[in-house]
This record gives sequence, C-alpha cells and structure tokens, in this order.
Amino acid sequence: MSPLLAEITVSHYLAVGAVLFVTGVLCMATKRNALGVLMGIELVLNGANVNFVAFGSKYLRADPLGLDGNLMALFVIVFAAAEAAVALAIALNFYNNHTTIDVDKAEDLKG
Amino acid sequence: MAVFFAHTLGIPGPLAYLLAALIQSGLILGLVAIGALFFIWLERKVSGRIQDRLGPTRVGGRFGWLQTLADGIKLIGKEDLTPKDADGLLFRVAPYVSFAASYTAYLALPFSNGWVALDLNIAVFFIVAVLGLEVFGVILAGYASGSKWSLFGAMREAAQVVSYEVPLGICIVVPVLICGTMNLTTIGNMQAGWFTNWLIFHDPFTFVVFWVYFTCALASVNRAPFDLAEAESELVAGFLTEYSGLRWSYFFMAEYGSMLLVSGLAAILFFGGWNGPVPIFHWLGWAYEPGETAWHLTGFLANLAGCVNFIAKAVLGVTVMMWVRWTLPRLRIDQVMTMCLKYCVPLGTVGFLGALTWQAAGWWSPNDLAPLAPGGSAVVRETWVPVTPSDLTDPVPATAAGEGSAREPQAEAAAVDTHRQATVWSRSTGGEQL
Amino acid sequence: MILAAADWYSFFFILFGGIACVFAVAVLLTSNIVRMAFYLTVSLGATAGIFFLAGAEFVGAMQLMIYVGGTLVLLIFGVMLTAQAQFITMRTRSGEWVLSVIVGSSLLFLLLVAAFGVDSWRTRGQSDSLTVADAQTATAIGAALSGVRVDRLSVPASETQRLRGMSGYLLPFVVVSVHLLVVLVGAAYLARTRAMWREPGEQRRSRGESPAS
Repeated sequence: MSPLLAEITVSHYLAVGAVLFVTGVLCMATKRNALGVLMGIELVLNGANVNFVAFGSKYLRADPLGLDGNLMALFVIVFAAAEAAVALAIALNFYNNHTTIDVDKAEDLKG
Repeated sequence: MAVFFAHTLGIPGPLAYLLAALIQSGLILGLVAIGALFFIWLERKVSGRIQDRLGPTRVGGRFGWLQTLADGIKLIGKEDLTPKDADGLLFRVAPYVSFAASYTAYLALPFSNGWVALDLNIAVFFIVAVLGLEVFGVILAGYASGSKWSLFGAMREAAQVVSYEVPLGICIVVPVLICGTMNLTTIGNMQAGWFTNWLIFHDPFTFVVFWVYFTCALASVNRAPFDLAEAESELVAGFLTEYSGLRWSYFFMAEYGSMLLVSGLAAILFFGGWNGPVPIFHWLGWAYEPGETAWHLTGFLANLAGCVNFIAKAVLGVTVMMWVRWTLPRLRIDQVMTMCLKYCVPLGTVGFLGALTWQAAGWWSPNDLAPLAPGGSAVVRETWVPVTPSDLTDPVPATAAGEGSAREPQAEAAAVDTHRQATVWSRSTGGEQL
Repeated sequence: MILAAADWYSFFFILFGGIACVFAVAVLLTSNIVRMAFYLTVSLGATAGIFFLAGAEFVGAMQLMIYVGGTLVLLIFGVMLTAQAQFITMRTRSGEWVLSVIVGSSLLFLLLVAAFGVDSWRTRGQSDSLTVADAQTATAIGAALSGVRVDRLSVPASETQRLRGMSGYLLPFVVVSVHLLVVLVGAAYLARTRAMWREPGEQRRSRGESPAS
C-alpha cells in the first residue's frame, strides 16, 4: 500500500483518528455494560483529538492550525473528563436503583 | 550523543539514534535497579539502627551489603504462583505497568547540566502526569488478585494517590512560577551559585511549600506513615498479597524508583539540583557558562560532580523518608484523607498564593537566580522531532545557543524569539521562552 | 514498510498508531469489563504518544495526566463498584453485531477516503529540513489562555489588531472553569450515599428508597 511507504502526513494521523472514532461508535452501539458505552465515548473523543492535533502540528503542514488545534484538543480533554464524571454518577445511580448495569434493562421509560 | 556516534564513528543516522537511546535508557535502568538494591539494603540498616539492632551483617562482609542481592536471587527462584481466581492477563501485567510508569518519569529528570534523556520543555508536568499512572498498576494488581484484601488495599491506595496529586501539583507549581519555566534543566541551572540561591530559601512560603511537597510525595509513593495499601499489620500485604517472587520485586523496584524520583524532583525544584552548596566549579572555571557550546573535559568533570551531588541529595531525601517510616505510626485511611484535604491542600494553596505575591511584588529574597537564559545544555540534545538524515551528515554549524530574554513577558520580544528558529544543534532551552 | 521504517518518525508513528488502533479494537471485541478498561488505558496512552510525535507535548502530557491518570481511574472505580460476577462479562447479541459492523465499516471507509483524498493533506508541506527547536507550546498556551496570542503577533495591524486581546482563549478558559465547578458539584450530589434500609426478613429493596415510600 502506497500510504505505508510514504512519509507520515496528516492523512495518516487522520486515519488513526478515524479508526479510533469508528471503534468508539461501535462500542457505544454494541456494549451492554453502561461503562462500556462510556468507554466508547472516550474513544470517540480521542479520535477527534488526534484529528485536532494533527492539523495543529507544525511538523506535518506548512501552515498548521498551531495553537488553535492544540488548545481545542486540550479543551476537549477537559470536557471529556467532566462528562465522564457525570456519566459515571448517572451509571452508579442506575446501578443502585436497579441493581444492574445492563443498559438493555433500562426500559422504565419505554413506550 | 547520537551526533557523536554519527560524526565521529560514522554510524548511519538512524542507528546512531538507536544506539544513543539504548545507552541512555540502559543507564537509567541501571540506576533504578541498583538504586532499588541499594535502598532495600539501606532500609534494613536504617530500620535496624532505629530499632536498636544491627540489620543485615553477614552476607557480603561486615555490613551485609550483598544481602539484597541474595534476596533477589531467592526471589527469582521462587515458584511462579497465580491464584485460581485471578484474572490471568491483568495479574501478570500489573507489576510491569507500575514499573513502567515509575521508569518513564526518569526520562525527563536531569541528573546534571544537560544530562537528561529527554530535555522536555514541560518536564515538570510530564513527571507529575506519569507518576499518576503508577496507581493504575496498583488497581489492576488489587483487582486481578481475586482476593478481597488485595481489592481493599488497592482501592485505598488509589483513593490516596489520586487525592494527594492535587496538593502535590500545587506545591510543584510554586518553583515553576518562581522560575518561569517547566524545563527542569533550566530550573536547575537557575539555582547555580551559593546555597542561598536554592529555591527553598526564596521566601518563607516556598519553605513551607517544600515540607508540604515532601508530605504529599510521601503519600504519593505510599510510604509510611501513609502506607495503608501495604499495611503489613492490617491487610496482610494489601494489594501485594498474592504476589511473590519476581513480580513482587517489580513492585518494589517501582516503589523505590518512585521514592528516588520524587526526592530527585525535590532536589532540583527546591535544593538546587546538581548545584552544590558552594560553587566550587564556578570558581575553578570548569563549569559550562550559559551560552557555551564547545565540549571540554573540565566541563564534563564539573557535570559529573554535579551528578554525584544530585544523586547524593536524592539519596538523602530517600533516607529521610525511611527515617520517617520507622519513626511515625501509621495513619488510618480517614486520617490520611483528612490530612490531604484539610491540611495539605489549604497549606499548599496558601503557600502558592504567598509565593505568587512575593514573586509578583518583587520583595527581597536571598536568591539571586540566574536570568532565564539558555544555560540549558552545552551538549547536543536530540528530541522526537524527525531530523532528515542530511542533518547528521552535514558538518556541525556554529551554534546560536544564546539568546537571553528578560523574565517579564514581553510579548513582542517573545514574538521575535519564536520566529527566530533555533538551528538544528542548539537547544536554546531558555531563550525562546517568555 | 521498510522504506518507511528507515525513518524513526515513521517507525514510532506506526508503533503508537498501531497500538492505539489495535487496543481500541480490543476494547470493542472483549466482553470482560475490567479488561476493557485496561485496553482502553493502553490505547489512550498510545494516543498520548501520538500527540508527542505531532509536537503537541503539552497536550500529550495533559492526556496522560487527565485522561489516563484521572478519567480512567474514575472508570476503573466505577467498574469495581459495579463488578458483580454476572456483570463482568456481558455478551452482545449477534444481530446487533452485524448491523453495527455494517454501519461502522461504511463510516470507516468514508472517513479513510476523505483522509487520503484531500491532496493538501497528503504532502508534508515542509520545504526544508525540520528544525529541532522543540515545541515551545507551553508558554504560548499559557499566554493564549490569558488572552494574548503570542503566536499571532505577526498578523498585520487591522481589524485583528483591535481584537487581538480578545482573540485569546480567556473566555473559554473561564467557561471551562465554571463548567468544571458545576460538574464537580453535580457529580458529588448525584453520587451521594443514601441510607440503605433493610428490615429483618424482608427482601432487599433497591437502594435509595426508604421503606415508608
């Protein structure tokens, strides 16, 4: 494959970011454990971060985003941590109320 | 070092890097391993003396200094047990995670002027970040052992380490804000001179901050009196219960490695690092001056002495940690948490605000810190950044390693500096910072 | 591959990128929740390595500290708290797998085509050899968070100059701080302990209810 033989460019970083992103989406879709879904969310955000950092890197492009890319990634990391804390609190509450962490059992609001 | 290999020995570029990296990591690994050996022996001697007995005396002559080696051989020869309920993969991986975290942090720790494996611009931040990864190994170990003692110990330790990262961070920020840089080499170089130049004497708040840092560092590496996780009298051995033989020794290498690391970090941040109490080599004219780039033997010797000085300070710190361990009783977990949240955090914050005010108001301080000039390293450093092979074959251009800049953030000056590209060979560690 | 590996940058990129991707897929495929957390740790650590390679050292260290050292420890705590035997391994039905794989692979294909399709992204764009001046983003980041964009001072005087002081990241920084405070309070409230009530001989009620309700 020619991309493997070429030098590393933004495209390669984007490919890694894409794989992380898609894996995260699949995790969110298929996991039955609520914490597994949460892990999928983390993977998605990491994929996006890789993209941001790739565009902000001055080693890869002549006119990078520079600081903007890095700071966006920083803010995404911080917000992801905050959201993980809240999501975990919700998951724990769910577990305490239903004694199960299986998201398939979260049917109380169903039709 | 890679440049030396590439130019002098004619080894091709990538291989030169590899060789240099291997040698440097081998040196650090040797330091960690031998350090662990030495510290275990030292601990037994120190604890023996404090408890009014002798400690090891038979193996290896009068002082038993080969005792640890004998213990190591015994540990390697032990049966490799894995409990039935243990999660196989995680049980086996956990010691390596702990050890890797402890070892990685050494990559950014300078041992002398320019003697650092990875001269990161954010070295302080990197070390704190990586130290926080050690708790992962502990949690995995505790869970994967499949026994409730291990799980309790691991959870306690995780809560403790994570809580103490907060005051640790606050305390570490104080020298950073005084020096204006996170680069450890630069921080060390700024404290050159007499011992009054050490940051601990900068103002009374920094003095207090050092003791808070020491306490938090003790808690961070799970040493007594904060060693709930390994409480021998309470939880069998906490998260280490099911570990025996070589895996156990990995955990202990990680622990002693971390102790040496936080002591070394304290030595650089507060005690001047490799700069001695008396600037002997400066008088002799041997030490590298800021802006010098040529290598000479006397400079190397000065750096070597600085390295010995630094290691001596770190070992002293570890000895004090051991002394504290065998003197003070163990704290309960709620006392540990109280200590963190009600004592260390407020004290650290007050110290931070005080040092900030002291620094901003420019009040008198015994320090006469060298300005934020690139006294960083006169020896060539290489980083992650891809360097085209031609750089390693072209002749070494004259370095432009000296732009000192004022400490006050002059935005225009900074703009000029950031636009002035450093050449391939110079590591203007200070010149391009505000 | 040999050509690419002759350059250390490519080698380490392939190493870190490979580890990140492989362990992310491992997170997807395994059904043991604790192993999932461990694989995620390794994957995020490798992502931090990718950040370092791209020159974003500060972001890489932040990733290690906040994500791996904070968020994942949090996740592990959550896993431990809910790790009863029957919840450690939960399998997904195969029908869901088929659908997800179809959607996922088409999305991946789309993203890869986009990534390798734009020409300006396929070239390095560097005309001369890279200088080894390290990524001095730490100071610049701090200044940017205080509102001063020291990397944009060369922008010619114009509208932008008037707004230069406001082109920094001060506002998002403050917003993030308040946001974190709100999250802290909210999460602490949500996760507060409530008294458990159990009468002798009675079946265990769900936690959070008092017997009077």
